[in-house]
Amino acid sequence: MMDWIREFMGMLWKTVSDQPDAKSGFLALIPETWRQGISAVLSIAPLMMIFPALFALTTVVERKGLGRIQNRLGPNRVGPAGFLQFAADGLKTLTKEDIVPRAADQFVHFIAPLALVIPVFLTFSVLPFGKHLVPLNLESGLLFFFAIGAATELSVFMAGWASRNKYSLLGALRAVAQMVSYEIPLILSALSVVMVTGTLSLPQIVEAQGAGNGEWLSRWHVFTPWGFFGFALFLVAACAEANRSPFDLPEGESEIIAGYYLEYSGFKFALFFLGEYLGLFAASGLGITLFLGGWHAPFPILERWIPSYIWFFAKLGTLIGLFIWIRGTLPRVRMDQLMNLAWKFMLPLALLNLIAAALWHFLPNAFARWTVTSLLLVSGYVGLGRALMPSSRIGKRVYRYAA
Amino acid sequence: MLGTGIIKGMVETARNFVGSYTDAERLTTVEYPEERIPTQENARQFPFLVFDGEDAQAGLRCVACQICEKECPPQCILIVKDTTKKPDYIGKLQFQPKVFDIDISVCMSCQICVEVCPFEAIKMDTEFELSRSDRFGGLLINKHGLSKSNVHYHRIHPTEAAEVDSRLASEKAKAEAKAKAAAAAAPTIPVPPKA
Repeated sequence: MMDWIREFMGMLWKTVSDQPDAKSGFLALIPETWRQGISAVLSIAPLMMIFPALFALTTVVERKGLGRIQNRLGPNRVGPAGFLQFAADGLKTLTKEDIVPRAADQFVHFIAPLALVIPVFLTFSVLPFGKHLVPLNLESGLLFFFAIGAATELSVFMAGWASRNKYSLLGALRAVAQMVSYEIPLILSALSVVMVTGTLSLPQIVEAQGAGNGEWLSRWHVFTPWGFFGFALFLVAACAEANRSPFDLPEGESEIIAGYYLEYSGFKFALFFLGEYLGLFAASGLGITLFLGGWHAPFPILERWIPSYIWFFAKLGTLIGLFIWIRGTLPRVRMDQLMNLAWKFMLPLALLNLIAAALWHFLPNAFARWTVTSLLLVSGYVGLGRALMPSSRIGKRVYRYAA
Repeated sequence: MLGTGIIKGMVETARNFVGSYTDAERLTTVEYPEERIPTQENARQFPFLVFDGEDAQAGLRCVACQICEKECPPQCILIVKDTTKKPDYIGKLQFQPKVFDIDISVCMSCQICVEVCPFEAIKMDTEFELSRSDRFGGLLINKHGLSKSNVHYHRIHPTEAAEVDSRLASEKAKAEAKAKAAAAAAPTIPVPPKA
């Protein structure tokens, strides 16, 4: 028994102190037949605890942050400074009546929220959270991430269709149109990283962003022109994929009430909420892995003292803060604006970014790389921006009346 | 250039975010049950009956004339006249209400009862914390619940109450002078003996 406790504590210590093979000592005590299952549970359990906890924290921080942006106080009653608000919200959703419309397709209506949450949890399995914290080290982790991530569209449509409600269906149609459109720039921007690093394995992509020998700055991809544009495109597309404001048309509270989860109440609604936020975290985690150096510190010196997973979660927190800030700033776009942005602006720019990544790979010296790719991308950005929204169109409104 | 508007907006919201912590002017929230702002003098919620002096029922100004009951647009006032009379502020005997109920769940705070009252007997209160666990009986307020002293009236609407008081005082003085004059002239006009 003492062995078990010692090895378990040893595993926790190895995880916290960023050492490799944290699980091996504990797993050695377990009979051969059980080993794989227990190993999987040990990898999954922290994910199932940390990310919902992060979700709970984010809901409070978001509400407080949005409040401050609007010069309000935000929730401040439950717990110290209102930080236990999530517990009150959780209790509320758990105790609420679960109403299923009589006309709804009972079975599909029931499994839609699960079909959203499960794939989202699966996407976390391939993200490298720390130097030795990779739940599932897949050779083509990026492909797995996008393949599983695309399954959320199905659940959204299931929810909208099974509710048998026109607002739900409208919301689901909007959601599917939006997710399909934005998946393309999302994947194309991620593809630029694959082109440069030459691998689909996420841990290897992170390895490639570490500092070389004697360099003072890490080689995060965001520090290059193609990486910067790729990251910006990725963030916008991730925002749209997660149905976050300003791309929250599928919910559209003021026009289609709550869109595809209009007919959900109680804990099923909370599951949709959870799935949406976890999707955002997963997309942010992938963005960090691809462009922000994953668990690498910006300066390699810092990596010696601060564990790798702290860097990852610090970046994640920053990105979540950025998303909250964006939500507090931008109004919801219109459907045509949404589609114009995806197909006329982001798609060409993502393709241009692929060309820039290719040039970056093949151009001989650093100076040529920087000038050529920057010029290409900046001119593309400005040109597309001009073409998309000619300033002459905006002017004084002319009223025309019937004679 | 595309995106500059977004940057401007982000700067503005960031300024709000930081400003709400540093600048008390921005954060206008009053955390109600703990913090309160004094009610405005012209605030009005629901009517109450004014009484003078210490005893609420003896000093009640209402003479049960039922004008307010008839004028009330949503018909939320119920008055039943008492058979006994009592003297009003001048000393004249007047009727008094036996029952005076206001259903504040029906009342729409229009203040018409106050406008039509010739006796300055009904005024608007500023009390707003009126939630009750019983929405029928609890919101039907009777004569005793409605009676509030002139001191209370002075506290919630000082200017208006002072004006009312001075008017009532001048009316009383006028009535007293008239009575005195009548008393002085009394001997010249013989009072016809009762049959």
